[in-house]
Amino acid sequence: MATPVKVHGPPLSTAVSRVLACLIEKDVPFQLIPVNMAKGEHKSPDFLKIQPFGQVPAFQDEATSLFESRAICRYICEKYPEKGNKGLYGTNPLAKASIDQWVEAEGQSFNPPSSVLVFQLAFAPRMKLKQDQSLISQNEAKLEKVLDVYDKRLGESRFLAGDDFSLADLSHLPNAHYLVNAAERGELFTSKKNVERWWGEISSRDSWKKVVDMQKQST
Amino acid sequence: MVVKVYGPVFASPKRVLVCLVEKEIEFEGVPLDLLKGEHKDPEFLKLQPFGTVPVTQDGDYVLYESRAILRYYAEKYKSQGTDLLGKTVEERGQVENWLEVEAHNFNPHVFNLTLHVMFSSKLGIPRDENVIKESEEKLGRVLDIYEERLSKSKYLAGDFFSLADLSHLPFTQYLVGPIGKEYMITSRKHVNAWWNDISSRPSWQKVLQLYPAPL
Repeated sequence: MATPVKVHGPPLSTAVSRVLACLIEKDVPFQLIPVNMAKGEHKSPDFLKIQPFGQVPAFQDEATSLFESRAICRYICEKYPEKGNKGLYGTNPLAKASIDQWVEAEGQSFNPPSSVLVFQLAFAPRMKLKQDQSLISQNEAKLEKVLDVYDKRLGESRFLAGDDFSLADLSHLPNAHYLVNAAERGELFTSKKNVERWWGEISSRDSWKKVVDMQKQST
Repeated sequence: MVVKVYGPVFASPKRVLVCLVEKEIEFEGVPLDLLKGEHKDPEFLKLQPFGTVPVTQDGDYVLYESRAILRYYAEKYKSQGTDLLGKTVEERGQVENWLEVEAHNFNPHVFNLTLHVMFSSKLGIPRDENVIKESEEKLGRVLDIYEERLSKSKYLAGDFFSLADLSHLPFTQYLVGPIGKEYMITSRKHVNAWWNDISSRPSWQKVLQLYPAPL
C-alpha cells in the first residue's frame, strides 16, 4: 500500500484548495498537514526547508518534494495517469497543450486581478485590514475584460480547453469560489451568459463540493 | 513544417525562440510591433484574444502563452535536441516547480521593472518610481532564495539545464542590460555563475543575434 501523499497548508488557502481539488478528482489518497499561518508557521525554519518562499502549499510524495500548486497538479496527473479522472490533463498532446494554454491564461490573466479582489474583499475585512478602494476598482475592471474573453471562448467550447472538464477549469475554482461566495462579486460571473453556465457546471462537481466542505470544517 | 512565432523581438516570444533552437526546430519570426499597438488589432486578437505575445502557428495549429508553447514543443520533440524536461516524472516535477516559480515569483517583478524603466515613455504611461523601488526589493528577496537553491543545485530543477532555467533568459537579459541592474545578479555568487552559464549557451546567443532587443 503506497504512502498517502502529503499536502502542507490550510484548506482555506486558494492555492492549497487547488491541489486538494486535483487530488480528489484523481482519487489519489492524501494527508493534509495543517500550517497555522496566523501564527507564522509558514515562515518557520522547518517549513522554509520544504517551501523556501514561505508560501503554501508544500507537497511530498515519498522522496519527491514539490511546491507551486499548478506544478503539483501537473505532477499528480503525470504520476498517476490511470487513477480517477484520466482526462484531467488530456489524453493526447494537443489536448494537453490546450489545457496548458488555459492554465497559463488562468495564472497570467485571471489570477492576478482575482487574487487582489479575494484578498481585499474576502480576507482583509476578516483580518481587520483597511481595504484599498482604488485597487479594488482597478482590478474589477481588469477582471471584467478577462471574463469577456472567457465568455467568447465558452460560447465556442463547453469547457476552457475543450469538450471535457480539465485542470484548466479546476485551476479557477478557488478564487472564483471566494469571489462568488465571500466577496459578493457573483455578478462578475452571472452577468455573462456562457461564463455563468460554465461556473455553474464546474462549481457543482463533487470534487469541488468536497473541498468546500474541508474548508468549512477547518474554521 | 516551419513554426511561425509572432513578435520575435520582444521578451516573452524569446522564451519560445530559444526553446526551438535548443530543440533544433525551424522557425520564422512574424513581426508585430507592440509599441505601435499592433497586438490590439482585430486580426491579431482572432489569434490571441488576450492581445499578448507570443503566438505560434504550426501549419494550422495555433498556440499561445509562452510557457504552454515551451511545454508542447519540449515534449513533442523530446528525442531531438536538448532534453529540457528531465528524465523521470520526479525530475519533470522539479522542472514544473521552478517554471511556476519563474512565472509567479520572478516574472511579475522583473516585468514591472521592464515596463517602467524601459518602456514607460514609449508607451505613454507614467514611470512610477515606487513600483520600481518595490519591484527591485521584491526581486532581490527572490534572488536570495535562488542563491540558496543554486548553491545546492547546478541548475534550478537539478543537475540538468531545463525549461525552468530557459524561461528566465529574456527578462534577465533586460535586467542586466537596459534596466541597468546587473549588480543584482553579479553580487550573488551562485546566481551569477548560473546566469553566466545559461546566457552563454549558443542557443541564447543565436536568438540575441537574430532578434536584437527593440530598445
